[in-house]
Amino acid sequence: MFLTFPIMVIKVNTIENIVVWRWKNLFIVGIGVFLLSFVWRYLIKRKEVGKKKAEAGELVKPPITQRVLKEPKFYIPALIAVAVFAIAFPFVFSMYQTNIMVTALIYVVISLGLNIVVGLAGLLDLGYVAFYAVGAYTYALLNYHFGLGFWTVLPIGAAMGFLFGVLLGFPVLRLRGDYLAIVTLGFGEIIRLILENWNEFSFGPSGIANIPRPGLFGIQMSLHSSIIYLYFLMIGLTLFTIFVVNRLQDSRIGRAWIALREDEIACQAMGIDKTKTKLTAFALGATWAGMGGVVFAAKTTFINPASFTIWESIIILCVVVIGGMGSIIGVIIGALILILLPEYLRAFSEYRMLIFGAVLVVMMVFRPGGIISDVRRIYRFEERETTA
Amino acid sequence: MCGGSTGLKNAKQQHNAMEPILEVKTLTMDFGGLRALDSLDLAVYQNEIVALIGPNGAGKTTFFNCITGLFPPTKGEMLIAPPGKKPTKLNGLKPNIVTANGLARTFQNIRLFPNMTVLENVMIGRHCRLSSGILGAAFRNRATVLEEEKVVEESYAMLKKIGLDAFVNDFAKNLPYGAQRRLEIARAMATDPFLLLLDEPAAGMNLQETRELDELIVRIRDEEGISILLIEHDMKLVMSLSDRIFVVDYGKKIAQGTPAEIQNNPAVIKAYLGEEIDA
Repeated sequence: MFLTFPIMVIKVNTIENIVVWRWKNLFIVGIGVFLLSFVWRYLIKRKEVGKKKAEAGELVKPPITQRVLKEPKFYIPALIAVAVFAIAFPFVFSMYQTNIMVTALIYVVISLGLNIVVGLAGLLDLGYVAFYAVGAYTYALLNYHFGLGFWTVLPIGAAMGFLFGVLLGFPVLRLRGDYLAIVTLGFGEIIRLILENWNEFSFGPSGIANIPRPGLFGIQMSLHSSIIYLYFLMIGLTLFTIFVVNRLQDSRIGRAWIALREDEIACQAMGIDKTKTKLTAFALGATWAGMGGVVFAAKTTFINPASFTIWESIIILCVVVIGGMGSIIGVIIGALILILLPEYLRAFSEYRMLIFGAVLVVMMVFRPGGIISDVRRIYRFEERETTA
Repeated sequence: MCGGSTGLKNAKQQHNAMEPILEVKTLTMDFGGLRALDSLDLAVYQNEIVALIGPNGAGKTTFFNCITGLFPPTKGEMLIAPPGKKPTKLNGLKPNIVTANGLARTFQNIRLFPNMTVLENVMIGRHCRLSSGILGAAFRNRATVLEEEKVVEESYAMLKKIGLDAFVNDFAKNLPYGAQRRLEIARAMATDPFLLLLDEPAAGMNLQETRELDELIVRIRDEEGISILLIEHDMKLVMSLSDRIFVVDYGKKIAQGTPAEIQNNPAVIKAYLGEEIDA
């Protein structure tokens, strides 16, 4: 009530130079907060009861999300439904919707990349957007100077991402936690400032325009069909990302990343090369950001440094944390929610960011592990049953 | 217990003929102005169980951290001679290289990977003996698949040996305390060491668990041929288990010898064991 007092109650009428006191609003805010606090208490209590049950050793059923993922009876139809929906999407919905979906899919890909760094290896990276920028500018500049096409640049963008990942990886090898976060934050800002101020190289804040959309054997496409094409291209890239990241996670290297997250010293003492493991995590994470950047440049056909601010890094980090660190499906769902929600909340105009923020807070209080926490566990379990 | 005494004879007979598998000469470690280790000499021979004892803060764990490469020592030389391989100097090697060379350790305060399953913990131990890389992981070629299958089998066999196979799928953090200690040993054994460094393996264990640990350590030495260097405060365990004992106090070695010799050593009694012997 006190916090909202200045905005909700006092209204200054600048034309007549008087202050309007809206006491009725104070009353409404008071009642609203009062009722909400009850809901809040109730939910907290429910959560604690659940915790106590778990501590008492009672058999707690795994969360519904994990049970659904485990049962083939549930997830196979779900998978088919998602596939049908994904294929039909651009033909059913408008171009605007398809466009949003392409953006969301780009975020899925780069969030899966960041998931390697943050979720698996446990290295807090706040400058991840720098790699995204590297990918986007790789395409824009190579196209501007040498006229290279999308398909040529996609692997180059990935390679540039990898290279910059290693470049950032070296100075931060000794750092962890807060210190690492600050250094990566600095790195992200450095890249953005270079792009903004080095006019001869990057055309400064005015950016680069007229970046061609991806081509298909030189066929001329209308705007609409090229967006549909881009959509399917993104679906393909997303599937490829899921495929590779899933395999990486479930490999010798993935295990080393998780061990590094769990305990760095024990990890070294068990014969894992810390340097190599950290560098591969950074580099592979950055690779996906590089690819995402190339697609982003091709989609918007115009890029400037304003697209690569710290805010983007934070959104991507939110996707990983809220989706569920280390969980592929969680991150995908997280990306879709976090990117689509503000888009569809546009109807609420200025309240949309408020709602968005409230959702984040509620999520973190009631599901600190993310929407779907680490699915890897179940998978490992099944594999073990057969071998053991 | 029984293994301890027969092993003692073997070890004594072999000493003159054999080179030590771990030899530490004048090891010194300074933390700022504090001398944690003061020209310590120590040697471990093959098939020996050697204990390192001393009061709290004597520098025992620092000694472990130096040999395993976590701390670079201020002065001194550390040599290993794995059976059947040429001797290597440990100075300046990174911890993971030391482990790859066949020295594995456990930690005083348990350092498992809490959110990984028991099997995965052991699989991490196998890490340095595997070779598949990024491309292998992404394309999952035949070699990688075979290697992964093999590592699961080997890790499971290791758990069976240590007696933890019932916990295979549990998270390490959910294990009972004694089992966590054993898992640390299993994980260290998975790295194929020739010398196992155990940092207070019996800390916090009850009598029954300690007795099982005693048997386990003897079995590791006899069946696997792995020599053992352990830090321990449980005197009963140390005396029954060890072939030889080194005593450190304030970073200096104050005595070395068989359990019987140590029990009667006046310097040791003064520094450490006094009351127990009198009683």
